Amino acid sequence: MDFHSPRTWADALALKAEHPEAVPIAGGTDVMVELNFNRHRPPALIDISAVPELAQWDRADGHLRVGAGVSYTRLVRELGPRLPGLAMAARTVGSPQIRNRGTVGGNLGSASPAGDAHPPLLAGRASVELASVRGTRLVPVEEFFTGPKRSVLAADELISAFVVRPAPGPEQFCKVGTRNAMVIAVASFAISLDPEHGRVGTGIGSAAPTPRRAAGAEELLEAELSAAGMWERPRPLPDGLLHRFAELVTSAASPIDDVRGSAAYRRHALAIMARRALSWAWADLMRNGNAPCN
Amino acid sequence: MSTLTGPTRESAGAGAHTCDGVGDDARRPDGAQKVAGRFAFSSDLWADGMVWGATVRSPHPRARLVSVDPSEALRLPGVHCVLTHEDVPGKKTFGLEVADQPVLAVGEVRYQGEAVALVAADSPETARRAVAAVRVEYQPLVAVVDPMEAMLPTAEKVHPSGNIVRHFKLRRGDPFGEAPVVVSGEYEVGMQDQAFLGPESGLAVPADDGGVDLQVATQWLHADRRQVAAALGLPEAKVRLALAGVGGAFGAREDVSLQIHLCLLALRTGRPVKMVYSREESFFGHVHRHPARLRYVHGAARDGRLVFVKAEMVFDGGAYMSSTRAVIGNAGTLSVGPYVVPNVSVDAYGLYTNNPPCGAMRGFGAVQACFAYEAQMDRLAEELGMHPVELRSLNAMSQGSLMPTGQVVDSPAPVADLLRRVAQAPLPPPGPTVADVATEGLLPGGMANTTHGEGVVRGTGYAVGFKNVGFSEGYDDYTTVRVVLAAGPDGPVATVHSAGCELGQGLVTVQAQIARSELGVREVVVETADTRVGSAGSSSASRQTYMTAGALREACGQLRAEMLARAAARLGVPEADLSWAHGEVLGPGGDVLGLPELLEPGPLERTVEWRHRPTQEVDPETGQGDAHVQYSFAAHRAVVDVDTELGLVKVVQIDTAQDVGKAINPGAVLGQIHGGTTQGLGLALMEEIQVEAGRVKNPSFTDYLIPTILDVPPMRVQVLELADPHAPYGLRGVGEAPTISSTPAIVAAVRAATGRRLPRVPLRPQDIVGLGEAAGGTDGADGAAGTGGRAGGAHDLTGGVPEPRGPGSGEGGAVP
Repeated sequence: MDFHSPRTWADALALKAEHPEAVPIAGGTDVMVELNFNRHRPPALIDISAVPELAQWDRADGHLRVGAGVSYTRLVRELGPRLPGLAMAARTVGSPQIRNRGTVGGNLGSASPAGDAHPPLLAGRASVELASVRGTRLVPVEEFFTGPKRSVLAADELISAFVVRPAPGPEQFCKVGTRNAMVIAVASFAISLDPEHGRVGTGIGSAAPTPRRAAGAEELLEAELSAAGMWERPRPLPDGLLHRFAELVTSAASPIDDVRGSAAYRRHALAIMARRALSWAWADLMRNGNAPCN
Repeated sequence: MSTLTGPTRESAGAGAHTCDGVGDDARRPDGAQKVAGRFAFSSDLWADGMVWGATVRSPHPRARLVSVDPSEALRLPGVHCVLTHEDVPGKKTFGLEVADQPVLAVGEVRYQGEAVALVAADSPETARRAVAAVRVEYQPLVAVVDPMEAMLPTAEKVHPSGNIVRHFKLRRGDPFGEAPVVVSGEYEVGMQDQAFLGPESGLAVPADDGGVDLQVATQWLHADRRQVAAALGLPEAKVRLALAGVGGAFGAREDVSLQIHLCLLALRTGRPVKMVYSREESFFGHVHRHPARLRYVHGAARDGRLVFVKAEMVFDGGAYMSSTRAVIGNAGTLSVGPYVVPNVSVDAYGLYTNNPPCGAMRGFGAVQACFAYEAQMDRLAEELGMHPVELRSLNAMSQGSLMPTGQVVDSPAPVADLLRRVAQAPLPPPGPTVADVATEGLLPGGMANTTHGEGVVRGTGYAVGFKNVGFSEGYDDYTTVRVVLAAGPDGPVATVHSAGCELGQGLVTVQAQIARSELGVREVVVETADTRVGSAGSSSASRQTYMTAGALREACGQLRAEMLARAAARLGVPEADLSWAHGEVLGPGGDVLGLPELLEPGPLERTVEWRHRPTQEVDPETGQGDAHVQYSFAAHRAVVDVDTELGLVKVVQIDTAQDVGKAINPGAVLGQIHGGTTQGLGLALMEEIQVEAGRVKNPSFTDYLIPTILDVPPMRVQVLELADPHAPYGLRGVGEAPTISSTPAIVAAVRAATGRRLPRVPLRPQDIVGLGEAAGGTDGADGAAGTGGRAGGAHDLTGGVPEPRGPGSGEGGAVP
């Protein structure tokens, strides 16, 4: 197996174009597991961890552009207040050691339906920046995943960054696992509220072939809250609305039975997480008004 | 958080106190190295010119082995050899009790992961590629995977001898006795893995005499040697084993895994050969805890006194025997728990199936039984309107009680006292109800932000359990220790040499402590455990400290006697006028002779082979007999917070009380109790090898979950030291008891929080919220409680092979 260690982004892209079968490796928290379990023997690895641009984040046009190589630990520390939902998800990733090495770029690259970062990225309507020697394109996260561990990433492309607006309002993330830490999600859910524009974002993890939004639930909530003037003057959410929201989140999922949990339990857990996450986010909104977090 | 309570300690040895002697918190010699990552484990072994071994394993749970074609693998550069069963020069099978497992598969494979062929190559990567290049043709056969079906006379046979490895019968009193209050239930225990962190690994080096030297992580060097020598067709003297650094064992290293394979490859290649299993391979490379299905009927008088217990216990032993026979003996003899029960009828079965082989794991048959009988005791308490501790204390065995085997419990059995202690321990403060930074991670769901208090209910549960210490049922169980006492440049040095395996439990520390106390020396060298000395028996069954202490104390006593003789000759006085006081001989006129003078004529050496008191085989029809050496008792109280909507559990606190007879090293005792309790927590809440149609679905630490630090609660430990008059220093084996009652205490607490029966461990979130399938059908169908029942009739669990039961058919329960 060849091992390439580019020092610049241009070199990395050139290598990927030259060796389309090569697998990029950053923190190695997913790739090395695949290698150790002999599930995947790529002909080459491209170690992108020494490319300085990937480890940077900055602001542009009211958006945050976060390099694919920023670790979960740095995400929590440096971007926690601006991206609270993603930071909550980042805190549930693995152990401190894994969070020190693992990256959102790697999470996206693996495209696992259980990736912890995916639901908050969906809820925040983030985009993924893909680059190759041919150029750069921006793909909405919702369109990025095409199946279990599959994405629109072309053979010569690398993930350079994700782009997302700072949280426009309260965000929440919760994840069910059968252990209190270091666990892959049995099911997860993220929500983001944008009181200024009257928008709701959601993300479902581990309950469908890909991470996905619950569009019907978003629309319901947006419509009901606008009709009742609740964005301007937040009042406690009616129980019926919480219930219907949870139902629509559940119906957006298509979970399976597997070694981590049953489909029936996943639906059950999603309904409860959806209800709880919405009520917490709404309580934040009522408490803090609709001041943006950035 | 721990306290040592109990009678004043007897002083060790000849009465004097020695620093870091018996009863002291002597430090482990390997502690700092392990913390710093400098300790050499068996996977770190290295030899110049060594090659790497790897194993070709069956992907099928049962198949006819048609052919093995190594030609493609042999063509790979760097591949030295490919071996099959035809290359095994000696006995083609091995096994701890019965040699029923092929060294390399012959004719048929009987479980997924069975070893079929071996390769040796220049690098691990080449070895892995060679494994993939060995062409094996299989003809899959229908696998026997349902233990209830495997019991039927019509079942396909896994081995020609039939599928029932052992049927243990226990009969005492009147099995048809009536009782006014009867509860029945069906329970299930999933397949737990020992999940040691150091994978199977070793290094075999061919020797000039045609033999082989093997360094390996194991629990029992001499049992390995016997099986390796037989397979190689060599005399045992030509097979020399030494213990390599062991990264945990918990029973999983009692059987041979790669020992024979390593030596076969070394002798074939003429090179040192190293093997290290990957984590995934490790799940296929060692035995697991027997999954079990248990049906119990308890009858009691209205005052709560137990009248009868009837039980049927079915243990799935998988494809090969390993230690199934002994596990069934334990499950059967310990089946009613540490309680006095006048009428008992129990049938315990150990089976062959095409599931993964099961054998020794911490708790060894007692774990499965305790989960069921403690659930039954709670149901009985509920039915009687009694507190669970009150009911247990009322029925608790004590010194002088009779086991259902008829054996007298002839040393302290403080069951009621242990329960009282955990019941009276302070409760934790009420749980956090609003999540904030300070409580993050403390609610069910831990770090994953699943509740801010919604749905959280607290529950408390109790359990007590016990376990036999040492090898039982007439086994000739002994330990050999050699001690040399010699003059050294800085004073006398005692050298202790045994084959007893240090697994992390602290045997090396304890050996030095005993030698210091018994001989009054400061410097003790503990030699690497190896086969240059006689067998130490297994480091298992909570026996090694007990047995090694017996042998070592005896050897030291003989050395003291020899020094008294030397002193008597030197001083010209009768030995009777001399006395020994920590490293010195005191004479009648105030004469003092120290070790340096006594050792002037030369070093002293003694080798002792020591046995615990004998046990008996039990009667095959009634299970009656003095089967056990000693019992170890522990009780737990668990306090849990359950998210009753999501089915997630946070254990808030566990309080433990255990009688250890005598804490040779109190710190190590606490470590055993903390660790054992945690392993029981794992079985309660997460640890299970999931097997479907004979195939393991989760052979990784991604999906076989063991507790993290965030899953482990504060533990208050109370250690009692009630001396067993039959044991060295009065000590009791410590390692297994805390694992046994931890599981049922936690599940009882979850039951208290949810009101659900929860008849199966590990608890899954879907079970806790009522969406799961479980033993005996869905929740609530696992049995019935009632009054006015008979032990016989509708509850009859005896009389031949039982019918297989589909889910949901549940025991009939009480029939008026």
